Amino acid sequence: MYRILMATALLMLAVVSEAQEASQVSREEIRGLDEQIQDVKKDVISLTSELNRLEEKLLFPSNTQVALFVSLPDSSEFSLESIEVKLDSQIVAHHLYTYREIEALQQGGVQRIHTANVQTGAHPLEVTYFGKSKSGKEYRATASYSVDKAVGPKFVEIQIAGNQSAINFKDW
Amino acid sequence: MNSRLASAIAGAALSALCAVSAQAKAPVDPDPKALHTEKLRDLFFGEALFNAHQDKYFDAITELDTELKQFRLLDDPELDPFSLHFGQAEFAVGDLELSYRMHRDAGRAMEQVLKGNVPQPIKNEAAFRLAKIHYHKQQFADALHALELIEGRVPERVRADEQFLRARVYMQLGRFEEAVALLKDLKGEKSLAGFVEYNLGIALLKAGDTEKGVLELDGLGRNAGGTDAMGALQDKTNLLLGFQLMESKDYERARTYFDRVQLSGPFSNQALLGAGWVEANAGRYDRALVPWQLLTERQPTNASVQEAMLAVPLAYGKLDVHSTAAVNYGHALDLFGAQVDVLTQSIHSIREGKLLEALRRKEASQVKNWVVELRKLPDAPETHYLLDLMASNDYQEFLRNYQDLNDLLERNNDWLQSLDSFEEIIALRRGYYEPILPGLDVQFRQVDARIKMRMEQRQHLAARIENLLINRRPELLAKSDETESRLMLQRIREILAYNPSLNSEETEARIARLEGVLKFRLSREFDERLTEAYKHLQELDTVVATLQETYQRYVRSRQAATHSYEGYTDQIASLRGGLHRAQDRIDQLMARQGRMLEQLAINELDQRRAQLESYQIKARFALADSYDRANELQEQRADARKVEQYQQQVEQLKQSAPAESERKPSEPVANPDGEPLPTDNPPELEAPEHDMEPAGDE
Repeated sequence: MYRILMATALLMLAVVSEAQEASQVSREEIRGLDEQIQDVKKDVISLTSELNRLEEKLLFPSNTQVALFVSLPDSSEFSLESIEVKLDSQIVAHHLYTYREIEALQQGGVQRIHTANVQTGAHPLEVTYFGKSKSGKEYRATASYSVDKAVGPKFVEIQIAGNQSAINFKDW
Repeated sequence: MNSRLASAIAGAALSALCAVSAQAKAPVDPDPKALHTEKLRDLFFGEALFNAHQDKYFDAITELDTELKQFRLLDDPELDPFSLHFGQAEFAVGDLELSYRMHRDAGRAMEQVLKGNVPQPIKNEAAFRLAKIHYHKQQFADALHALELIEGRVPERVRADEQFLRARVYMQLGRFEEAVALLKDLKGEKSLAGFVEYNLGIALLKAGDTEKGVLELDGLGRNAGGTDAMGALQDKTNLLLGFQLMESKDYERARTYFDRVQLSGPFSNQALLGAGWVEANAGRYDRALVPWQLLTERQPTNASVQEAMLAVPLAYGKLDVHSTAAVNYGHALDLFGAQVDVLTQSIHSIREGKLLEALRRKEASQVKNWVVELRKLPDAPETHYLLDLMASNDYQEFLRNYQDLNDLLERNNDWLQSLDSFEEIIALRRGYYEPILPGLDVQFRQVDARIKMRMEQRQHLAARIENLLINRRPELLAKSDETESRLMLQRIREILAYNPSLNSEETEARIARLEGVLKFRLSREFDERLTEAYKHLQELDTVVATLQETYQRYVRSRQAATHSYEGYTDQIASLRGGLHRAQDRIDQLMARQGRMLEQLAINELDQRRAQLESYQIKARFALADSYDRANELQEQRADARKVEQYQQQVEQLKQSAPAESERKPSEPVANPDGEPLPTDNPPELEAPEHDMEPAGDE
């Protein structure tokens, strides 16, 4: 009796495992789907690229565009906590940094913090930051700059030199 | 039977351990060259790096792609600062595409580099990357082919990685001797510490050099390093060795390796189970109970724990403690029943789409181990059972693809909304500018005419001043009162000429004097006045420049106004069409990928449920068997107790025999309690009937 029951149980298990194999996803199906996903990714990247250009042309035409970028040159000992940007005496950006953003900045990344439309001429820019060193020492500084907007687009890099409590500006 | 079961389990565990992770992969470092730059020459390249370093691959690829496209359209690309990052950006796009699981494009890019007219070191790097792509896609022969394209010396920076990859490819292709040779050379490479030794050990085992393989793994199992990852690798090595030695029936050594595995690590459950089987195989069931009992108190969804639930009563049974075994089988049955219900509910939950719903949530990409956490959601499936599946490369790939598709879907939806907003902006601009532009154009033409007139006047004056430098004519620089005086003197002379009677010497002298004074003043002040005129001309130039600037600004504003709402209709319609088409495809692909994810999860849960159901069957039989044995044993013990009591009574009778001999033989013998002793044998001591019957027949 015991043997009969065991045999029945094993048979049941075999049936179950065969059913599972039947519903397994084939390698070919996986590959085909993966390739289609890659294709759609490529198409969406291309579409997004065009949409980005359209958005920039529509919302920030080159003759009025001003873009402000933040960088952290040589700042492995310093981590940026927050930054505030005033353009024409108005706060246009206030950013609190995540750990990943700080890492990305420290590895040479540059953050576009604000894009705006301004008329040609001089525009006062004021930047304030707050940060900490590895040892926990706090750094903060404020600096001003004049953004001279000409006919073409204007790009200004705000370089945070945290350990020297300094901010440098660079026109591009 | 039990030893066979144990060996089978040990073998299965070993093969699973080897099959799933025959090779330990070194931690993947971001490529230092493609995504690192000493000096940034282009802000937009820097912005792409900012996204890439945060693993925002889609944004980074899009930005770099846009920059590369724009750069290729430039007439003088060398003047663009991006030219200094161009080569790096092309490689970086390939790397980012690889990270974004666009292997085909990345592969094509690398193949283009290999076909192109580029220096051999760049080709070597491309070949290495292409090999990595093929390896990742489990196309090992293609990976080896790509590696064979490398000629000359490989850059020092990637040399170790290239050798390690080559060794792993050899292992996958079954060329273990070659892998061993390469891995021996790589020993001591800091960036691959632990991983080389692990793979070398496996390669030696697979190559048939068991003792050396065990020795190599033994070294790693003693001390892999201080980090968590290295601790896990150390545990994995010890576990592998434990099962390897258990399979070859070297139980004493196997136990040592199981004992080395940390009790709190990810491999601890398997190690405890293995340690128990080692003892059980050696016949020491009491010692096997120690790790197994420990294991039964752990997470009940774990396969090792579930197996231990059966192993513990098995050990009790072997120790002839059948009642405890029966109780434990009872516990196991309760647990298996509950877990089968959990699994059934989980399968229902997945079929209802709860798994995909949870995977689509934002937390899925933001919270680490979201898959583990998702069981906290209401009606979510029990994902403890899916951990092994979800840790597999294929499932991870499916999961990421599904999340990528969901991300693309959301991005496209945002863009579709943005396009609606863009059209609204365009309509507003058109509504604002179109009525006022004709009026402005009229004003503009008037201003334009004035500017042109002023320009002509300015040119006239400039010409006159130029002329004065050559032909000195002081009267042309006379002031208005002087000119008036000169003209008055001219009229006086005309009157006098017409009417000579009015003339006199005195009058003539006075007129001549006045003319002389005037001429003298003009002549004397000529240079000064000419300089003054020149200065005024220059001032006029400034005014004219301002006018021209105003003119240009107006033209630009006019163009900008027009461009702000004209020429977008076709582009927006085309983009909207593209987005809708993409959304349809993404929907379909998400459904297919989602079904695949669900199917694999359901298969896994089904498998675990089938496993548990088979355990239930075994446990039920074993429970019945234990009861039988327990009863049998209990009866035997009861029998033994009665026999003992009877013997004691017989002894007592013998001791009291002399006294009794004085009694009448017909008087019954009294027991110590005063009751009469039975005259017949007790029924349990009676001989079986079939033994008696033949005697009766006789």
